[in-house]
Amino acid sequence: MEFLQMNHISKQFGNVTANKDVTLSIKKGEIHALLGENGAGKSTLMNILYGMYRQTEGEIYLDGKKLNLSSPQKAISNGIGMVHQHFMLIPAQSVIENVVLGLKDNKTVLDLKSAAAKLKKLAETFHMEINPWEKVSNLSIGEQQRVEILKALFRGARLLILDEPTAVLTPQEAEALFDVLRKLKIEGCTIIFISHKLKEIMAVCDACTVLRKGETIKTIWVKDIVDTRELAELMVGKTVELTIKKEKTEVGKPVLILQNVSYQNKKKVQVLKDISFQVHEGEILGVCGVDGNGQSELIHCITGIKQASKGIIMINGTDTTREKSRKIMSRGVAHIPEDRQKYGIVQEMSIKENMILMSYLHKPLSRFGFLQSKNIENYTKRICDEFEIKAQNTDEKIMNLSGGNQQKVVVGRELSRNPKLLIAVHPDRGLDIGAAKYIQREIINTKKKGGGVLLVSSELDELMDLTDRIMVIYHGQIIETVSTEKTSLKELGELMMGIKNNVEEKNA
Amino acid sequence: MELLNSVIMTVLRMATPILLAGLGLVVSERAGILNIGTEGVMLTGALFGAIGSWAGKSIWIGVLCAVVGSVAVNLIIAFFSITLKADQTVVGTAINILAGGLTVTVNRSVFGIGTDNADIPLFQKIEIPVIKNIPIIGAIFSNQTILVYIALISVPIVSAVLYKTNVGLKIRSVGENPRACDTLGISVDRVRYSTMFFSGIMSGLAGIYISLSQMSSFTEGMVAGRGFIAVAAVVFGNYTPRGVFIAALVFGMADSLKYRMQASSYHVPYQFWLMVPYIITIFALCLYRKNSNKPACSAKPYIR
Repeated sequence: MEFLQMNHISKQFGNVTANKDVTLSIKKGEIHALLGENGAGKSTLMNILYGMYRQTEGEIYLDGKKLNLSSPQKAISNGIGMVHQHFMLIPAQSVIENVVLGLKDNKTVLDLKSAAAKLKKLAETFHMEINPWEKVSNLSIGEQQRVEILKALFRGARLLILDEPTAVLTPQEAEALFDVLRKLKIEGCTIIFISHKLKEIMAVCDACTVLRKGETIKTIWVKDIVDTRELAELMVGKTVELTIKKEKTEVGKPVLILQNVSYQNKKKVQVLKDISFQVHEGEILGVCGVDGNGQSELIHCITGIKQASKGIIMINGTDTTREKSRKIMSRGVAHIPEDRQKYGIVQEMSIKENMILMSYLHKPLSRFGFLQSKNIENYTKRICDEFEIKAQNTDEKIMNLSGGNQQKVVVGRELSRNPKLLIAVHPDRGLDIGAAKYIQREIINTKKKGGGVLLVSSELDELMDLTDRIMVIYHGQIIETVSTEKTSLKELGELMMGIKNNVEEKNA
Repeated sequence: MELLNSVIMTVLRMATPILLAGLGLVVSERAGILNIGTEGVMLTGALFGAIGSWAGKSIWIGVLCAVVGSVAVNLIIAFFSITLKADQTVVGTAINILAGGLTVTVNRSVFGIGTDNADIPLFQKIEIPVIKNIPIIGAIFSNQTILVYIALISVPIVSAVLYKTNVGLKIRSVGENPRACDTLGISVDRVRYSTMFFSGIMSGLAGIYISLSQMSSFTEGMVAGRGFIAVAAVVFGNYTPRGVFIAALVFGMADSLKYRMQASSYHVPYQFWLMVPYIITIFALCLYRKNSNKPACSAKPYIR
């Protein structure tokens, strides 16, 4: 028997089967990837292993011992640690307070000093640097993740579960994480690495188990994998076209011009500083940066959700700085917003109603103030066919659709208006490979039809695949704009962290 | 000198119920429960204290009854907001209305409608041997009732528990990120119930202090907004025991000012002075705070 053995695990939530007869075996000291699309049951399986959920059927053995994991406390005391995708830290407290929180052998009066010394020593074993007394809210995302890992190790974790650990990291931070993982492995720690990024699995893992629709598909050695396409096919269950053909198009006149745009939020914080750029017809301009560097505010200013405090925004030659969203949208602008649940769709309404949100005012969908249900039905059906939206019927509530199909409704609604300017923010975040690639192709199509695209993404690979130029935003400023052909992931990663030296050297 | 002494004594006396309730609230608020119902809980404590003291012919039986009554009501609030995950503002408001009506009913059926007070044992003033001889300090700190001393001593104790102990760390963490606590095997509900138990005790003491130390019997609606002021004191005091102490003194000052001004400046309508503490409350709540200690998950039920 292997170090960790999960046999025939099934988990039901009401009528929904999240895991069905899953078997997972992991050797001691290996980094084992758990690969699968969203909803494949990876997180459920790991939450069972961590005692958050109780399996409906199946057994778990660790080191030959059968475990009864009824709570996270039990998992922790058996040496299982988990770093959740959304960090389980308390930002208002210090690192050391976060680390000792909930420890079984805490004394009534806490002895934080000796705990801090112990933490420092532990961190040094793995060449990690950490200040135990720093407030967590002052740490970068990468550092916070380190605290999470240390928190688990401090509790004596021998098996560490990492749930999509690189989703929030810059490439450099991810590289640093991989170094830590390799060191942990040398020290005898076993690691489960949940991901849907094929590249990372190839880079750091020893073995990989693929889950699809709640079932185990296959476990393979990473060294036996010749082509990542093989993994993608296992994950999706059919052949997927991973490559995107980027076509050269004629670049025309500018459709979006920003001149010295600044934005100050309610707390008087200068979120955007002097931003100037242009998007031309037939061009995709990427915006890249660590989340929270002003991307959202930039998009909100352009689309009229917020108003720039300084500067001019021109769309198709008209000054739209002070215009309201509806007016701006009517100027041939399409917007795929960053949070589709919040800005993109109305959960409680039907597909049909969501589809006409932008155009319900105009003929033929509306006449004399009355909605024309027959025309709306035809209109919706046409877009559903065109954009391959899978739904029972157009009256179905949109919340019943999968994330991918919801996003396709948004994309369909926006692109069917033949936009001159498309603003797409994280258009394929949280989508499975098939849907993501589909949406990427649609974005390329918009460009081919002569539209200009502003694409905000934190996925560097996506930006490299789609864009013509990439603009890096850091602390509310455009720190550099590079040509996609001439840049590298490394350079972008450094720019995202505000390091500009290399660029200057290169230009010099 | 005499005047200053008596002013400070009054301030301390008026601040005590707010301080007692506020210290309890600091703990439960830090755990993420917004207890608007404190007004009703204090009212219950005030009545139960009076009844207990009267029926048991001892102030200590009164204290016991006040605490039991307030804890019971506070646990009802806890049950609705923690277990049933109801909206805490609605639950608190409902409890206030309920307590308002129920205390009137019970009061009338026990003491009757008449205005002459039953013979209720009250809190006795305590003289502290050494301190009473020190000038000024002696006059202020000696000769108060026991609850004043309990309130004052509780400030450093609650502070130490919140910031230095294992339990305190759990309480603060549960209010900030209950999910994180859950993943570490801490029972969010148990921590929150415990804090509500504690804050029930404190509100009970605050209640009986109003009925049997400030006054000598229960009168209807006698808490008169001081439960709400205690909630405000927690915000004003930035969710720390020391801050609540200062806030309670400020409100106590406004309260005592009210009586003094009513007596001395007869050309101003007395209603104006009655408003003062509440106006201060509103201003206090409007104060802009940059580094708020307000828990991130305040008033949010935890759903796994």
